Amino acid sequence: MAEIVLRDIEKYFGDNYVIRKLNLTIAHKEFVVLLGPSGCGKTTTLRSIAGLEEIDSGDILIDGQPVQGRQPGERDIAFVFQLFALYPHLTAYDNIAFPLRATRESRAEVDAKVRAVAKSLQIEGLLSRRPSALSGGDMQRVAIGRALVRQPKAMLMDEPIGALDAKLREEMRTELKRLHLENDQTTVYVTHDQVEAMSLADRIAIMNEGVLQQVDTPSEVYLHPSNLFVAQFVGSPVMNVTKGALQANGTHTRVVIGNEDAAFDFPPQLKGQIPATGSGLMVGVRPEGVQVTREETQGHIPVEAHLIEPLGSYDIVDLKFGGAFLRARTPSGFVGKPGDTVWARLDPEQTHFFNAESGDAIKVRLDG
Amino acid sequence: MAHLRLDHVTKTFGAHKAVDDLSLEIADGEFFVLLGPTGAGKTTTLRLIAGLEKPTSGAIHIDGEDVREWSAAERDVALVFQYYSLYPRYTVYQNLAFPLKSRVRNYPPEEIDQRVRRAAHTLRIDHLLERKTDKLSGGEMQRVSIGRAIVREPKAFLMDEPLSNLDAKLREALRSELKDLQMQLGATFLFVTHDQIEAMSMGDKIGVLNEGRIVQVGTPSDIYNSPHNTFVAGFVGSPAMNLLDGELRDGSVSAMAGKLEIPFQLASKAAKGGPVTLGIRSEDIRVGPEEATEAHVHDVENHGVEKIVTLRVDDHLFRATVPAVAGVEIESTVRFSWNTEKLHCFDRKSGVNLADSRSSA
Repeated sequence: MAEIVLRDIEKYFGDNYVIRKLNLTIAHKEFVVLLGPSGCGKTTTLRSIAGLEEIDSGDILIDGQPVQGRQPGERDIAFVFQLFALYPHLTAYDNIAFPLRATRESRAEVDAKVRAVAKSLQIEGLLSRRPSALSGGDMQRVAIGRALVRQPKAMLMDEPIGALDAKLREEMRTELKRLHLENDQTTVYVTHDQVEAMSLADRIAIMNEGVLQQVDTPSEVYLHPSNLFVAQFVGSPVMNVTKGALQANGTHTRVVIGNEDAAFDFPPQLKGQIPATGSGLMVGVRPEGVQVTREETQGHIPVEAHLIEPLGSYDIVDLKFGGAFLRARTPSGFVGKPGDTVWARLDPEQTHFFNAESGDAIKVRLDG
Repeated sequence: MAHLRLDHVTKTFGAHKAVDDLSLEIADGEFFVLLGPTGAGKTTTLRLIAGLEKPTSGAIHIDGEDVREWSAAERDVALVFQYYSLYPRYTVYQNLAFPLKSRVRNYPPEEIDQRVRRAAHTLRIDHLLERKTDKLSGGEMQRVSIGRAIVREPKAFLMDEPLSNLDAKLREALRSELKDLQMQLGATFLFVTHDQIEAMSMGDKIGVLNEGRIVQVGTPSDIYNSPHNTFVAGFVGSPAMNLLDGELRDGSVSAMAGKLEIPFQLASKAAKGGPVTLGIRSEDIRVGPEEATEAHVHDVENHGVEKIVTLRVDDHLFRATVPAVAGVEIESTVRFSWNTEKLHCFDRKSGVNLADSRSSA
């Protein structure tokens, strides 16, 4: 049982202001992912919760109790690192049992706990091996087992699968999620990998330069990013973002990007919701929001296909609109070859608008 | 401009065979990607071509000439590494000019200036020419490294994981820049990576390497749609291709203790029935109320543009791609079927695709 509350926390390393008035509540049993680029303060935040860093101001509460005065060991929290910190001279069994040595449990109780954890991690067959005889994935399973065996209030994980190869990471993602469902531990998980964050999190907390940018479910973060940073950090390929303007007269409502050649029809409701003139507007659209046809189509603009990236189940095609490039996601083989002309439009439902200066998203309603 | 050919090249380090009887042909002007996991021998292959290692046996030809006795400088190929090796106290301009002032190549000042500016323009670093390299971002530094390779106008570019140290967004941007650059220059590129997305998106051709041996050479679509064996099938594509044990009998395959029974005709008559590994990609599995077989939802990953669901039948797990709007809940029951046209059948023991069994027989 643990609810973790971060209230106005601040942290400096010398002159470096690494956590800037961060407020975040992680509910009991929730899986929250702290996501951001290197140096954004996510690991420092995690280490502060664990008690491995002292914060300079603010409060950290676990189940309503401030914990700043408490040692890491007294916080009843388990920590899993990217690099498997296992004892090389101990077997997997003894590594997992290690945190229970200090407790007064009987050998039979310890044994039952170790085996239960090993079973849920599917490493029962490896318990007699030393770390050197384990694969990277199994080492990390043992490290997680060691964290779980104490049945701590909360699990803190710092890029726990970042060092594994791509295929194993895919498998471990599913395992970690299932483990969380079985154990119901409050989990705070740090990563720079947006796929991991999207896949694992109940909610994602995105950080940049020590500032929390948005806290939301994966689909909210993806569909309604609160600013340009979030919009371009989450999603692959990256959301197209380009300067734009609204062009509205009696009959047309259009969004123009790059130069005048690329003016896309939009519903008239857009008028009045985004700035009509000036250079203050950025337009964002994910590759799947750039809709492409091979024949001339009403409301679509002819464009030249530039590079085509075949990614197996789909292609990413660079489309050249006058001065601007937009990347579109198409079925594989949809556009024959670079240089071909296709017709494209922006899906109004999937188009985002941002204030160029602040980067903040401008909320737009097209149905009213 | 160069055509590269490796004939039965082997390289051993002590008892370890890093490259094992490798034959490879890279056409002039081709973007060729060597793809494989750590330790597959990719970097060694590249270093052998560059002349930084000598083959234990076999021959390497550049433009038809046996280069065995040629030094690295004489081979006139440019290397770009994962870690940019720039001179930190020098400006970008000086770094770019440096390769043109060596003992082997010494150009008149006007020519140097011309080449530096042309390379800087191509890589869009004109505005950085007077900056010291320690004031550059990672992406800018990697562009300067590539610039140092370009100025020499070498016969071929050899690149060893040049994007691996960059963040995801920059990697994406540089991927298309590099491909664009290669098309502009019309140069031969040999690009080494462990990242299958880089290989798929940039390569004209991909050579998949495992344990020092070439497993398959083909276009990205060959590699993705007709993997030669289970290694290629599992290595290329994200999520990885589902691989499940199956039994091949007359005109059908079965899997998951008979829960799945699929009509399957082998292209090659030579292959017999018996234990096989079935391969199917997540996008080739349909999920919907009308489909044939029942499964439990083991996991749901929201990838924004779509969802990847892990389905469970008894103890068997496999992944399916569903639209982002699909409402699937963990531990709910769904129905699915496999697109039999996209089903791959591999020999259980050798891992070889039965559609390719001619070549292994």
